[in-house]
Amino acid sequence: MRIEDMIAKKVAQMPPSGIRKFFDVANEIGDVISLGVGEPDFDTPWHVREEGIYSLEKGKTVYSANAGLLELRQEICRYMQRRFDLIYSPTKQCLVTVGGSEGIDLAIRTLIETGEEVLIPEPSFVSYKPCAVLAGGVPVPIPTREEDDFKLTAHELEKAITPKTKILILPFPNNPTGAIMEREDLEAIAKVLRDKNIIVISDEIYAELTYGGEHVSIAHIEGMYERTVILSGFSKAYSMTGWRLGYAVGPAPIISMMIKVHQFAIMCAPTTSQYAGIEAMRSGDEDVRKMREAYDQRRRVMLDGFRSMGLSCFEPKGAFYVFPCIKRMGMTSEEFCEKLLMDQRVVVVPGTAFGESGEGFVRASYAYSIEVIKEALARIEVFVKKHLK
Amino acid sequence: MKTKILELLEQNSRYSAADIALMLGLEEQEVVDSIKEMEKDKIICGYKTLINWDKVEHREVVTALIEVKVTPQRGEGFDKIAERIYRFSEVKAVYLMSGGFDLTVIIEGKTMKEVALFVGQKLAPLDAVLSTGTHFVLNKYKDHGVIFEEIKKDERMIVSP
Repeated sequence: MRIEDMIAKKVAQMPPSGIRKFFDVANEIGDVISLGVGEPDFDTPWHVREEGIYSLEKGKTVYSANAGLLELRQEICRYMQRRFDLIYSPTKQCLVTVGGSEGIDLAIRTLIETGEEVLIPEPSFVSYKPCAVLAGGVPVPIPTREEDDFKLTAHELEKAITPKTKILILPFPNNPTGAIMEREDLEAIAKVLRDKNIIVISDEIYAELTYGGEHVSIAHIEGMYERTVILSGFSKAYSMTGWRLGYAVGPAPIISMMIKVHQFAIMCAPTTSQYAGIEAMRSGDEDVRKMREAYDQRRRVMLDGFRSMGLSCFEPKGAFYVFPCIKRMGMTSEEFCEKLLMDQRVVVVPGTAFGESGEGFVRASYAYSIEVIKEALARIEVFVKKHLK
Repeated sequence: MKTKILELLEQNSRYSAADIALMLGLEEQEVVDSIKEMEKDKIICGYKTLINWDKVEHREVVTALIEVKVTPQRGEGFDKIAERIYRFSEVKAVYLMSGGFDLTVIIEGKTMKEVALFVGQKLAPLDAVLSTGTHFVLNKYKDHGVIFEEIKKDERMIVSP
């Protein structure tokens, strides 16, 4: 027996994460300034951590209901109404997941039959494609373009739809581009989808990090509530990445089936995290506001930094990334990142880690202090000046 | 806009007007003018550095918090007596309080003896002062929102999706 042959083909053939490769290189070099992370730099607000600790002190260390603590689901539904004017039933339409990531896997597995297609606007988060493949689905990337502000357009969507299309992933605010979809953009998408049997999985994990306007969910567009599952979580809004806490809200028939898969695969999200999550939703609005303001300030510094080096850079309206175009440098994204790392010890992530259409771009995160950002920008500038064509 | 500028300066008074303008999406001149105006209006009362003197060798600092009960003066309330106290250079802060005493006076001196002398010879003998209760600070963990001993290390992975 060759042990390698025992691995399921679809797993063995899955390409390793482009980010992972890069991580190994960066890690070996050491002593680098990184703009490479996809997680907040703030600590979880102390009152939230304190609730987690308190729940441990009281010995609240048992499983919760599969769907999550009812109290937390109630808070999530209140939050959805308060922030996005969307009404969900805590008992029928809400599920607490192990981070937003579990939600992606669950929703796709719950909906996809073998051979059905999952539309994935790219560049985007790295998990959609592998999750679709593992579920037996066929991922169909839809490239988004800088000239469209990296938005998904109705035209591109329409072109990608086939009779086999089952799911549209809607990853906005977007990691890595920072693009958002505004109400009129969503109206156009809804117009295409309303008469089709396609479910939207709207990954709104970065919803709270929207700048210069309020986030609009596609579920709020007429005719879309009943065909949209919203995935979100606590990681980005409340700076709670390590707690692994997320949620899904959507039509009761889909959520109840997602709970079924979740109950057999996961049982329930970590109970300690759920108690902390209740506190975050109850009294965390002010924390979120402050963090959003800090990100917004850094966003301006980053954008200005890249633009004044002579690189074109789309103005991101969400998440905490800028996605400058490096085509003028005469290198591929990967070459740029590798050379920058060797030359100046600064880490940014090649756009291609988020799909082929990310070629020509790099992702730089501004989940760092202003001081770190300024130092990194200064080093990148030295590099860019040397190589700019 | 002024509030935003103040919030940034409160975090870090070394931010330049250019930094602030960039972070808030304003023109540099606007920020310069606004800061000047706020300095004039005494909204911005000064720029100082937060120092943990305990870590500086040969520079002992003793801080005491003194609860002071006073008799308010006719026509002037507490203001006059507060002024007589805050004019002393040893006095770092004076607050009018609600509750069991009237003024919190924070004093810094080189030694406990120096502080005790100040209380005994300068503060207590004032006509309006009825009583004082002196509390010495043993250790400062956090001051002006800054935790003194915290060493922040970025625990995040260098790259993550």
